[in-house]
Amino acid sequence: MSSKIIELKDVNKWFGEFQVLKDISLTVNQKEKIVICGPSGSGKSTLIRCINRLEEHQEGTIIVDDTEISADTKNIEAIRAEVGMVFQQFNLFPHLSILDNCTLAPIWVKKMPKKQAEELAMQNLKRVQIDDQAFKFPGQLSGGQQQRAAIARALCMEPKIMLFDEPTSALDPEMIKEVLDVMVDLAKGGMTMIVVTHEMGFAKEVADNMIFMDEGRIVEKAKTKEFFDNPKSERTKLFLSQIL
Amino acid sequence: MNYLDNIIKPKQANQNTLVIFGSILILISFLDVVLLSVFDINLTGSSKGISFFLPLLLGFIGMYYIRFDHTNFPLINRFNKSLNIDWLNSIFTLLSIFVLLKFVPLILNWLIFDANFIGTAKEDCTGGGACWVFINVWLKRFVYGLYPDSETWRINLAFILLFVTIGASYLAKPKFKKYIILFLLFVFPFIGLSLISGDVGGLVYVETNVWGGLALTLIVSIFAIIFCFPIGVMLAMGRRSELPVVKYFSVGFIELWRGVPLITVLFMAANMFPLFLPEDVFLDKLIRCIIGIILFEAAYMAEVVRGGLQSLPKGQYEAAKSLGMGYWRMHLFVILPQALKIVIPGIANTFIALFKDTPLIFIVGLLELLGMIDLAKTNPKWLGFAAEGYVFAALVYFVFCYSMSRYSQKLEKRLSTER
Repeated sequence: MSSKIIELKDVNKWFGEFQVLKDISLTVNQKEKIVICGPSGSGKSTLIRCINRLEEHQEGTIIVDDTEISADTKNIEAIRAEVGMVFQQFNLFPHLSILDNCTLAPIWVKKMPKKQAEELAMQNLKRVQIDDQAFKFPGQLSGGQQQRAAIARALCMEPKIMLFDEPTSALDPEMIKEVLDVMVDLAKGGMTMIVVTHEMGFAKEVADNMIFMDEGRIVEKAKTKEFFDNPKSERTKLFLSQIL
Repeated sequence: MNYLDNIIKPKQANQNTLVIFGSILILISFLDVVLLSVFDINLTGSSKGISFFLPLLLGFIGMYYIRFDHTNFPLINRFNKSLNIDWLNSIFTLLSIFVLLKFVPLILNWLIFDANFIGTAKEDCTGGGACWVFINVWLKRFVYGLYPDSETWRINLAFILLFVTIGASYLAKPKFKKYIILFLLFVFPFIGLSLISGDVGGLVYVETNVWGGLALTLIVSIFAIIFCFPIGVMLAMGRRSELPVVKYFSVGFIELWRGVPLITVLFMAANMFPLFLPEDVFLDKLIRCIIGIILFEAAYMAEVVRGGLQSLPKGQYEAAKSLGMGYWRMHLFVILPQALKIVIPGIANTFIALFKDTPLIFIVGLLELLGMIDLAKTNPKWLGFAAEGYVFAALVYFVFCYSMSRYSQKLEKRLSTER
């Protein structure tokens, strides 16, 4: 237990002149669930996007599953295949059926036989409870269903880590719960998860640790109970008082 | 006074009478124009200029009287709604109808009623209309160019094979379908080409100089379309590449080829290019021209495809990357299928333009359909049939271009995954 899977050390990142990440250091253990919150523009999304290098950091080291991620990383695809990501806008492939969305990467990246990939996809679609929608196209599904399909698609790569970038922010209120239920189920199954979200109820239920970010810095990192009951920094207190 | 008032301001109460009166006026005006243009009978007896103006006036008055919000005649109601909304609208309606009535009979007369279809020489054309004998006699040349008569079966065979394979690709099981399509795209063109050119398998060699007519139009277009597409896609991807060498090469290539006229390209391909080749290397003039057209159209294709690539949301790229797909897999399975679907109209546009650009190869002495027609119309025995030739060419070009257009629309619908 508690072996490191992600390690960030003094990570700095700039968008032009603007510094989005300032001296970020963070360690994530296997099976740990971390929820990152903070005001918009605080760098939370950028942080998790650096972990699978959808964004490049300029300073510091990021180590994912014993491989350092940098411009020299030869096989960034192999790392990405181990790190599932769920986006705010779902980003399903609209030209493919839900089933094909799920089997595309296993077949072409992991070279899995088609039949096996389809079985795996149906298994995961069942897990997120949309196996009856497998042959529809993304455009025919509701937002909540699309996001669950996106989670299933990521799961089909059998990732070691799952990153969630505000997965419920683009959803209608009544659909948020169905997505959160799937995520809770996933957390209970022992997945390592980093979740950027404003759903504090979800955070209280599943998170081991909470991170509060503001202006590119990690302002506070604490055990979940401590974070909500007894936040240390004034900025965190202010944020929590507004959001709860 | 009351009487005059009723004439100027049509009353709802007299509606039925006025509608009938107006309709009669309109009918008279139509009748006048029809009689004048078809049978040359001048009903009103006025001079030529006025004879066109008078029915216009009659019709205008007639339309004024039938313009009620609601009448008892459904036909009139529909007419009012779409063609007789106000006075300006009614003038345009009358003018368009009169122009059609006047010219359609003339055109039909020339095309069909006064035309000659049967015969073997110019002298068989005795009617005042078109001389389709010209097309009839020259048809073989228009289709095969100067290709020897005894060998034309090779062209026929090549195109029959082409259509059979296309048909097979529709009927085949999905499993074999992609192999048939790959065969069609990258193997068949060369089989067809060697069949037509000969010098293999005991076939007589036929120089490309004598290739021509519609067959040549199709050969050039098919080759250009097949090859300009993948090259265009690669250039579009190259232009968006992060590798500076690839990027600037693509930008340079596209801008250079887009910046010169096709006719220059063809001229260079035919006359200048051989000077740069080593002496023992020989590349046929036709092949050089086809390569020129391919590269020229590829530059246009690249910009069309780039439009599609740019219209995809960034999230699609990110989702593909986050699943561990590299550049090629991401483009092949996620980006291109969507981007190309979006730009189907633009692709069809480029293909149609390409098809209509093929006559330009006349500049290097290759005579495709239009070139053959030009040749035929200057034949001393057949002087003066340019119009027939061009109408025929227009018809053939239209049939092919319209088919491409319809096919692209069908494809768009079939690939649509919208609700």
